[in-house]
Amino acid sequence: MSTCSVSKGCFVFKPSAKKRRLSDKTAHDFRCTSNDSEDTELRFVTCQSLWNQIKSETEQIQENLNKQLLDNLVSFLSRSHSDFQEKTTEWTCRMKFREIPTAALVLGVNVTDHDLTFRGLSDILQDNITPYVALLEAKDCPGIKNLMQKLMGQLMKCDINVDSLEDEDSVQVSQNRIRCSMPSLISWYDSVTKKTNSETPSKKRNSSSRHWQSPPVVVIFKDMESFTTKVLQDFIVISSQHIHELPLVLIFGIATSPMIIHRLLPHSVSSLLCIELFQSLSCKEHLSTIIDKLCIVEHFYSQPLSVLCCHLADIKKRVYSLSHDQCENIRRLPSFRRYVEKQESGKQIELLTNDSFLKEETEKLLGDLHVYHENYVRILRCLHVFTSSLPKYPLGKQIRELHCACLENRVWETEEYESSLQLARMLNKTDLVTMLQQCVEILMSSSEKEFDRAVEKLKEFLTQFQNLEAEASQEQDVSVSPQKELQKKTDLYHLQKTLLELKESRRSKKLTKFEMLRFEVVDYIDSLVRRYLAPADERALHEIAYFNGAAVLRGHLNAAPRTALHTALNSPHWYLKNQALRCDGGGISNKAPDICIVYKLHLECGRLINLVDWLEAFSTVVMAAEEPNADAASSDQVDDVIHARFIRAVSELELLGFIKPSKQKTDHVARLTWGGC
Amino acid sequence: MPNVEHPAYPAADLLHLEGLVPCRESQVSSLLSLFGERQQFSFPSIFIYGHTSSGKTYVMKTLLTTLQLPHVFVNCMEYFTSRLLLEEILTQLQSCPSGTEQTSPVRCDTLNDFVRLFKQALASQELQDQTLYIVLDRAEQLREMEPNILPAFLRLQELTDRNVTVILLSEIVWELFRPNIGCFEPFTMYFPDYSIGHLQKILSQNHPPEYSADFYAAYINILLGVFYMVCRDLKELRHLAALNFAKYCEPVVRGEANERDTRKLWKNIEPHLKKAMQTVYLREISSSQWERLQHDGGEPGQLKGLSAHTHVELPYYSKFLLIAAYLASYNPVRTDKRFFLKHHGKIRKTNFMKKHEKTSNHLLGPKPFPLDRLLAILYSIVDNRVAPTANIFSQITSLVTLQLLSMVGQNDQLDGPRYKCTVSLDFIRAIARTVNFDIIKYLYDFL
Repeated sequence: MSTCSVSKGCFVFKPSAKKRRLSDKTAHDFRCTSNDSEDTELRFVTCQSLWNQIKSETEQIQENLNKQLLDNLVSFLSRSHSDFQEKTTEWTCRMKFREIPTAALVLGVNVTDHDLTFRGLSDILQDNITPYVALLEAKDCPGIKNLMQKLMGQLMKCDINVDSLEDEDSVQVSQNRIRCSMPSLISWYDSVTKKTNSETPSKKRNSSSRHWQSPPVVVIFKDMESFTTKVLQDFIVISSQHIHELPLVLIFGIATSPMIIHRLLPHSVSSLLCIELFQSLSCKEHLSTIIDKLCIVEHFYSQPLSVLCCHLADIKKRVYSLSHDQCENIRRLPSFRRYVEKQESGKQIELLTNDSFLKEETEKLLGDLHVYHENYVRILRCLHVFTSSLPKYPLGKQIRELHCACLENRVWETEEYESSLQLARMLNKTDLVTMLQQCVEILMSSSEKEFDRAVEKLKEFLTQFQNLEAEASQEQDVSVSPQKELQKKTDLYHLQKTLLELKESRRSKKLTKFEMLRFEVVDYIDSLVRRYLAPADERALHEIAYFNGAAVLRGHLNAAPRTALHTALNSPHWYLKNQALRCDGGGISNKAPDICIVYKLHLECGRLINLVDWLEAFSTVVMAAEEPNADAASSDQVDDVIHARFIRAVSELELLGFIKPSKQKTDHVARLTWGGC
Repeated sequence: MPNVEHPAYPAADLLHLEGLVPCRESQVSSLLSLFGERQQFSFPSIFIYGHTSSGKTYVMKTLLTTLQLPHVFVNCMEYFTSRLLLEEILTQLQSCPSGTEQTSPVRCDTLNDFVRLFKQALASQELQDQTLYIVLDRAEQLREMEPNILPAFLRLQELTDRNVTVILLSEIVWELFRPNIGCFEPFTMYFPDYSIGHLQKILSQNHPPEYSADFYAAYINILLGVFYMVCRDLKELRHLAALNFAKYCEPVVRGEANERDTRKLWKNIEPHLKKAMQTVYLREISSSQWERLQHDGGEPGQLKGLSAHTHVELPYYSKFLLIAAYLASYNPVRTDKRFFLKHHGKIRKTNFMKKHEKTSNHLLGPKPFPLDRLLAILYSIVDNRVAPTANIFSQITSLVTLQLLSMVGQNDQLDGPRYKCTVSLDFIRAIARTVNFDIIKYLYDFL
């Protein structure tokens, strides 16, 4: 399997028959790892259902992301060769140079699976516009010859797919006998379009009703950046000569910026194209949502009590079916213990001994947790409305940054929160009003009664702002008067006096009504934040619903080959699970595999390593075990077996890329890693 | 009085031909005298060169078709292998005089086969008594094929012993064609560029039927006034003329000016043409977008051109990797210590640097650097600790695929790969701004 992504990286390939195998296997895994096996099944099912929900949601997001883009593209394509249909003989059309319609599709670097997008695109095109779509990749087209072969192969195949079975022999010429040139492509196109046009009406409905009389031929260059200049130029020049006979449309898939077109193609070639730009939306958000959800699997995997993490409606049922062991598990949770300690002593004993009482309490707590989460999300979004428009974004631009900040600790104790409140106190009126309106909308959308009062309060603020506007006009009249006085008086002494007075009054000037109100609003928002945005780990039983092992996840997502190699070679006991290999204080165990010994020795060397010295050191380490044979060790001659082992270990290191032979000095190798890892 | 004269061809045809090829009469007449009469042997090979759109292909095509000379016209760009090229010539030859339907596909792998099949084809088409012309357009492509192709075409007359003339058309001079081992020297002929007068004459020739020739000629005059400085390509100019003519006519259509109101019309069209020069001529916006804009009467400012979208979205560490690569490419190695070590001491630029390092590194272009240096700089410019994970390493390869970095010397991967940073200063400044990194402070050239 291969990927066609522009960005290199590790990709996950799911097995093709994924559904069944995957679920079976994971269910099995779940069972193996958890010791209290009774409700693994249930946990697994819950996980699956949640996962499916999340999956469908993410797919929805992805679809929406691409929809607009694809719609635009489709309309472009349908427009592009409209004149080809009409065959106009107007003067302008005769005079104008026929350019190849080209869509430059900027997909961005962050979109890892361009492949998926392109496949979706070509599917849509085949459904709506034209059956003739060819997808070309740079790695298949090192030369123009390969490109043409690939192109014709794809086009003629899709033709066979379209008008299914009959008269295949007309098109079914074996690959190497087709002459890969434009004229043969054109004659093929002519024959195909003629055939579809002359078909009986009954047959028409499946192919040509969806497409037009002469559907365009779409050629998609998946990774424009990787194509060599010459191939692209040649192809464009050739096809531009036949644009009258073959309605060709090009689509360039661009990962960086459209400037690449000008960099790859000289003006003489780019002037043959009629380029329109299509930009895909930023995929940051979409990616972050997906990452969020990935945590869930890990959570279900490691936390036995996660069985309780389900919809509110199901909670009751599940809580009552808890076994004694599971109750013990609950009691062991640190957050629950904290909760218990706060209760009075009688209740403490009840909680710790009586299972059914515990269950009741748990249910109540879980209900609280749900309410807390609901409220949390609302207020978080309100706060985001405020912080996202502040200059310099002290609390981050995206809502997820804010979310992280709030989850990690009490947000109102951080410096960033303080500075953002400061900034909020300096907002102008129009911004403030629109923000308040947004907040009201967010809070209104909640079904809970909880926010009724908050909504009321915010609405009150809004009306006050409106009143202010009316008052403002009156105020202006008043403020004009002292200035008028100033103009009247010409006496120097008086002038000085009034100026001083004015200055005085300005300094001690009371805050305007608007400013007062602004303070009030910010304070109120602050109070809401303090009430609802407490970090989740302060709540009892938060372990059930919140995932805390970010480090584990990071380990899963970020492969660290260098570190892994170093660990393997430096402390082999870690992977080999053999404590005998363990050695403390930087010493080298002679029981370790040869390559480990060689590796450890090489860490002590500089950039150039003398092979003889290295071998000497190696043999000393290895011989250390055979102490009684002292006289053999003392002799200069190194044992042949040890020599061979050494050579093998060194070449293994070379294969791993730690050293390479050096031409600077004989009998030396150069280290390729720096800093000793 | 016709300029093109030849006793062998009817005067009416020649007159017609002259009308079709304005400003190329002298070339046509010398070609005709070179060709001689239909049955006479001509020069074995003729090499015609001249700048882009100086009418080489057009003149040849018109000449051969108007006088109905038997010919084969092949574009070497299109038939990129020798086999394709030879087969195409033979196929065209089969349908040459009668223009009948294509017969069975010919197979021809080598030049030897070609000579044999060529003789057969000539015999069957009864072309022995006339000169056959083989025109190879974009002949510079022949140099990419097998080394025997070009010399063989040059002396095809001798090889086949038939009445055939090969005409090569190219944009480059013959000296660049001549193989090391020597070959038959063709008759070379130069097509000079069209002068502004020529362009005016040719462009004015086909005016739209609704308007008078004078009116259109005045328009062409204005158009050339604006564009002649930057573009002498006839095709391009004609395209631009067609694109903007509707706008020129606008005052006339609305009745605000009549056809002779040149000044008013000029005032109307001139800024429009200037805008076209900055946008549509550079292919910043496409012709169809331009036309739609014109039609809706919108300002071209609304549409952003291709170069306006320079923003590139990169992953977080890729940005730092790119910045590190830029610094490694444009700073001398010895200055790394000064930039990235805390206690580097004061180093004055003049004393510190060798003579050749005093010239701006930005004028000299990027220099290659090893991977280790890139990573070392990366670690010192990123605030938090970066683990050398697969993510970081794969992002370097990604940057190479995106052509933001380029690999220098395609040697062994283990052998400490070396890279070059290929992005511009403006680009890297934009990137650095997004991560709040003041790159100018770290560039030796701007110290």
